[in-house]
Amino acid sequence: MEAVVAFFSPIYILMLAAILGYEIISRVPVILHTPLMSGTNFVHGIVLVGAMVALGQASTPLEQTIGFLGVLLGAGNAVGGYFVTERMLEMFKSSKEKGN
Amino acid sequence: MGYLIETVYFLTAVLFIVGLKRMSHPTTARSGIVWAGGGMVLATLVSFAHPQITAHISVTNYVLMLIAIAIGGVIAWAGAKRVPMTAMPQMIAIYNGMGGGAAAAIAAVELLKDHGDHLPSNTILLMAVAGALIGAVAFSGSVVAFGKLQELKFFKDDAKFRFTGQQKVNAAIFGAAVVLGLIIALGHVFGGPLITLFFLLALAFGALMALPIGGADMPVVISLFNAFTGLAVALEGFVLGNSAMIIAGIIVGSSGTLLTLMMAKAMNRSVANVLFSNWAALGTGEAQAVTGSLKPMEPPDAAIQMAYASKVIIVPGYGMAVAQAQHKIWEMSKLLIERGATVKFAIHPVAGRMPGHMNVLLAEAGVPYDYIADLEEINEEFPTADVALVIGANDVVNPAARNDKSSPIYGMPILNVDHAKNVQVIKRGKGVGFAGIENALFFADNTRMVYGDAQKVVAALIQGIKDLG
Repeated sequence: MEAVVAFFSPIYILMLAAILGYEIISRVPVILHTPLMSGTNFVHGIVLVGAMVALGQASTPLEQTIGFLGVLLGAGNAVGGYFVTERMLEMFKSSKEKGN
Repeated sequence: MGYLIETVYFLTAVLFIVGLKRMSHPTTARSGIVWAGGGMVLATLVSFAHPQITAHISVTNYVLMLIAIAIGGVIAWAGAKRVPMTAMPQMIAIYNGMGGGAAAAIAAVELLKDHGDHLPSNTILLMAVAGALIGAVAFSGSVVAFGKLQELKFFKDDAKFRFTGQQKVNAAIFGAAVVLGLIIALGHVFGGPLITLFFLLALAFGALMALPIGGADMPVVISLFNAFTGLAVALEGFVLGNSAMIIAGIIVGSSGTLLTLMMAKAMNRSVANVLFSNWAALGTGEAQAVTGSLKPMEPPDAAIQMAYASKVIIVPGYGMAVAQAQHKIWEMSKLLIERGATVKFAIHPVAGRMPGHMNVLLAEAGVPYDYIADLEEINEEFPTADVALVIGANDVVNPAARNDKSSPIYGMPILNVDHAKNVQVIKRGKGVGFAGIENALFFADNTRMVYGDAQKVVAALIQGIKDLG
């Protein structure tokens, strides 16, 4: 029984996360599509964490080189994704906030 | 340590979800990215102490890790801070490609490393290979997308990348990569030329897939690659047993897929149509001949018409952003508002280079988002508008989409600018739009053409309105 639970729990995670992703986007006004695409682009920057683990386990120069590249690319994804999203979002203001 | 790390990863997943939720509403959007960013920082910090790293602690690897984070982070930070808003779509493409590349790199290390007695199950190995394939495709495809949108010389001519039998060649390359992947995962062949060939084929397929696609369709493709990267990250998350990667990756995969479908729908095309055909090949026959003549108008006359209008709708297109005229446009709008007019901005879903891009460009100029209306809201209002000002937009205001069945853009939702009492079109010259077709709007009786550089014309309009006192 435990093996069955262990087999199914990732599938539940998968299903629930997929529904969640769908729900989050489906009610978004068009004006936020570009920033939100950029925001989801930032979120998959979590790949950095996996790349760190991969590099941490590397034991040959080849593995270290690939791991190094992975961390570099992952960091670029996370950092770049954050700042472009932030730059776009901080410009969105309503007329009341600006006192126009 | 295991519990602490899992707790933090859980917290990160929660912060990502709350962050994305907040990002989906204009009033809370700005705080959303900060929430998600906090999650990312926490997850990164705690990962330095990940048991899978500390099990075979290596100072060299830690040093390499810090150097890689520093280099990748600084380059991306500098790029993100400097990029102009008009170039945002290709910037998103390149950061997305980096994520795909990182996922492929994780897979490569996982496959290459000495497994000893702990050979992963075939399911895990298949996931690693699938993630590698998808990640590598997203990487090379995104690099090509960046090159095309950045208008790098090499990518300039779409036609030179099109050849007969292209789809078959692509399918063959993809098929070969899949077969090699299966051999690697199920035959446990983890080294040598086979794995190199596998990665090369995957990279080649991504590039070949993106190369023949025209610039106008690129946003859909970028969004698709974004979903791909999410999926690749989730697959590698399963391989590493990393719950934060699984959840974040799947959320991006599903939301990215939905966003891709919504974008394609806004362009009245299917995703398959975007990927496997090209604009020029569309359309069933000769478009109807356009009748009438182009009637030019000088800026001072246009300014008078504008100044005495009680309702003005401005329809901006990418041409406005390229000319950097959005600041001038907002300056003019404020003048008109002071004179008592109602001013609204009408945004077509694909104005700019991706859905919502025009909103970003107007926001940059300081236009409050409640002045901006989308297609459904504004189309009813055109008949009551005294002046509709079209600036740098073309295909999205072409009435042929409504009434000419032979036109390649027939059926695409458009802004009904031609229903306004008067139409002014600011345009550089007499050329045609992306779709390469004449626009009947420009020849209509109520339309006047104001020729010139958008920024200069709007400056002249502002002067003209001010002169009226």
